[in-house]
Amino acid sequence: MTAVTPAPPSTAVDPAPVSAVPPSRPGGRPRLRTAAGFAFGAALLFAVAPLVLSDFRLSLLAKYLCVAMVAVGIGIAWGRGGMLTLGQGVFFGLGGYAMAMHLKLADAGPAGMPDFMQLYGQLDELPLWWRPFASPWFALPATVLLPMAVAFGLGSLVFRRRVRGAYFAILSQALAAAMVILLIGQQGTTGGTNGLTDIKGFFGYDLDDPVNQRMVYFIIAGTLLALLALARQLIHSRYGELLVAVRDGEERVRFLGYDPASVKLVAYVVAAGMAGLAGALFVPAVGIISPALIGIVPSIEFVIGVAVGGRATLLGPVLGAVAVAWARTALSERFPGTWTYLQGLLFVVVVAFLPGGLASLWALARRRDGSAAPARRGWSPLARRRAARRTEVPAA
Amino acid sequence: MSGDRLDGLSVRDVRVSFDGFTAVDGVSLEVPAGDIRFLIGPNGAGKTTLVDAITGLVRATGSVRFGADELLGRPVHRISRLGIGRTFQTSSVFEELSVLQNLDIAAGARRGWATLARRRRGVPDEVAAALETIGLAERAEHLAGTLAHGQKQWLEIGMLLVQDARLLLLDEPVAGMSHEERDATGALLETVSRDRTVVVIEHDMDFLRRFARSVTVLHAGRVLSEGTVAQVQADPRVQEVYLGHPVDAGSAPTGLEA
Repeated sequence: MTAVTPAPPSTAVDPAPVSAVPPSRPGGRPRLRTAAGFAFGAALLFAVAPLVLSDFRLSLLAKYLCVAMVAVGIGIAWGRGGMLTLGQGVFFGLGGYAMAMHLKLADAGPAGMPDFMQLYGQLDELPLWWRPFASPWFALPATVLLPMAVAFGLGSLVFRRRVRGAYFAILSQALAAAMVILLIGQQGTTGGTNGLTDIKGFFGYDLDDPVNQRMVYFIIAGTLLALLALARQLIHSRYGELLVAVRDGEERVRFLGYDPASVKLVAYVVAAGMAGLAGALFVPAVGIISPALIGIVPSIEFVIGVAVGGRATLLGPVLGAVAVAWARTALSERFPGTWTYLQGLLFVVVVAFLPGGLASLWALARRRDGSAAPARRGWSPLARRRAARRTEVPAA
Repeated sequence: MSGDRLDGLSVRDVRVSFDGFTAVDGVSLEVPAGDIRFLIGPNGAGKTTLVDAITGLVRATGSVRFGADELLGRPVHRISRLGIGRTFQTSSVFEELSVLQNLDIAAGARRGWATLARRRRGVPDEVAAALETIGLAERAEHLAGTLAHGQKQWLEIGMLLVQDARLLLLDEPVAGMSHEERDATGALLETVSRDRTVVVIEHDMDFLRRFARSVTVLHAGRVLSEGTVAQVQADPRVQEVYLGHPVDAGSAPTGLEA
């Protein structure tokens, strides 16, 4: 687009002979490896897991995979974009409630009202804002678009005012708290503390039937793989490179002619959409959505999984989320009550000693092999230390 | 795009105050197109603040025109898109990205979302040209964080080139550089000034004598003196500020007297 200085014959800048610029991407092999990786993941999720796991364990895995979808989004927003989103429960909840509202209405039939409304709602007819959710054509897109719209509105306000760092984290967490309070307060129309429970059908399929549960699991596994592919494209695109630049030098990016607010906004909105989709699929997998599943504590748990796995990598958040959720189930089965402490400890240890998460161990091992390429996208403790040393652009 | 238009910078009566302290107190200066203008002055003279005002980082009153465009009052990224680029005293390259990625991002402020959503393939022409100009073609795939100090500064300048900046504002570009690196940087400045206007804040007087085409001396937020290197060196007011200032007396090895 731009013609730069008609390359000066010799500016004597570097005594080293200038050779042709190496191609930025060596070609087909990484793509092959990616395809192999996806095939391996698909085989694991679609063939091995259903064969090895009992119906009960498989439905637990479905639940974990929903958490992993939220983690993919957090990996983009936090790991690549530097926005510590401590309130993803809000978007997870919006998606979950949108789906649950539709399923409750479908369970109740064309003229009916959800059971809980008749119990303590004193309502004669369906509230106005429930009505559109009777249509799957509204409810299904809403599970993704509603969280994205909320994230867009919030993000536009917040990023333009340059709210970031801990302030952004606290703000997003406050949003999660506010949402829970709102839901509990409106018991008559939202189910209050109980949430929307006892969901029986999923687009005509009986959710009590293990075969249908298995189908829900397959849908979730497929969606997770699709989200991973999307995240991969995003990370490796020019936008992904720009996002990292905004993370590491927001002011500098501004001086290059970009508006960092819109760059961050995209990542935030994408992460919200992923969380919404996860919430929507969580509902048929577990049969319930309630304030306890979307408040501050679950929002933090989403982040812990991402931190443990490695926030700036593609697979780290997914593996971390599944591992932490699995450990939670396994350990609270055996030692109820200690899990919260263990989880806190895990978080502290990872943040203090392994800021790149478990994924950085892998990167470190590869570096020791000497096979690491000079330009690496990973997030390692070493690189992190370098980043910490880099001084900020002087503000005024 | 660069080369089409060679514009000069016109600063009129610019004032910047922070909580009652006036850092820049009515500075006016004209930098003709294609100049290499050095801004010098003791610490606290307002050099960096003036550049901050031109680039939109701090609020200022007065007028700053580059070519036909008024800069004051616009947000930072809009000023940048008018062709104004700057570097900072501390290196601010993106250390977690490769040299190539740094340059590619700098070149891309006008890219649409459709381009951004796709992967970078190959090396854009202007990026390849800049890699040659700054002598980092060999290290294109290396992380910017692994570069030597001088190379980082060159990368910064390279980023301004691909950004299509027609006015380069460089804040102490040779601080901490070796002699060889200074020479190379000076040569680089001469090259890029063929179709650009360059303003350099610098304390290194040897570097100034060799590469400045004109000099503006700032002192306490005002323009103290302006002219060629020889004129400024001969100005008794400049000598007083650098040599006769009670605080700086005896500790101001400015080299201006040499």
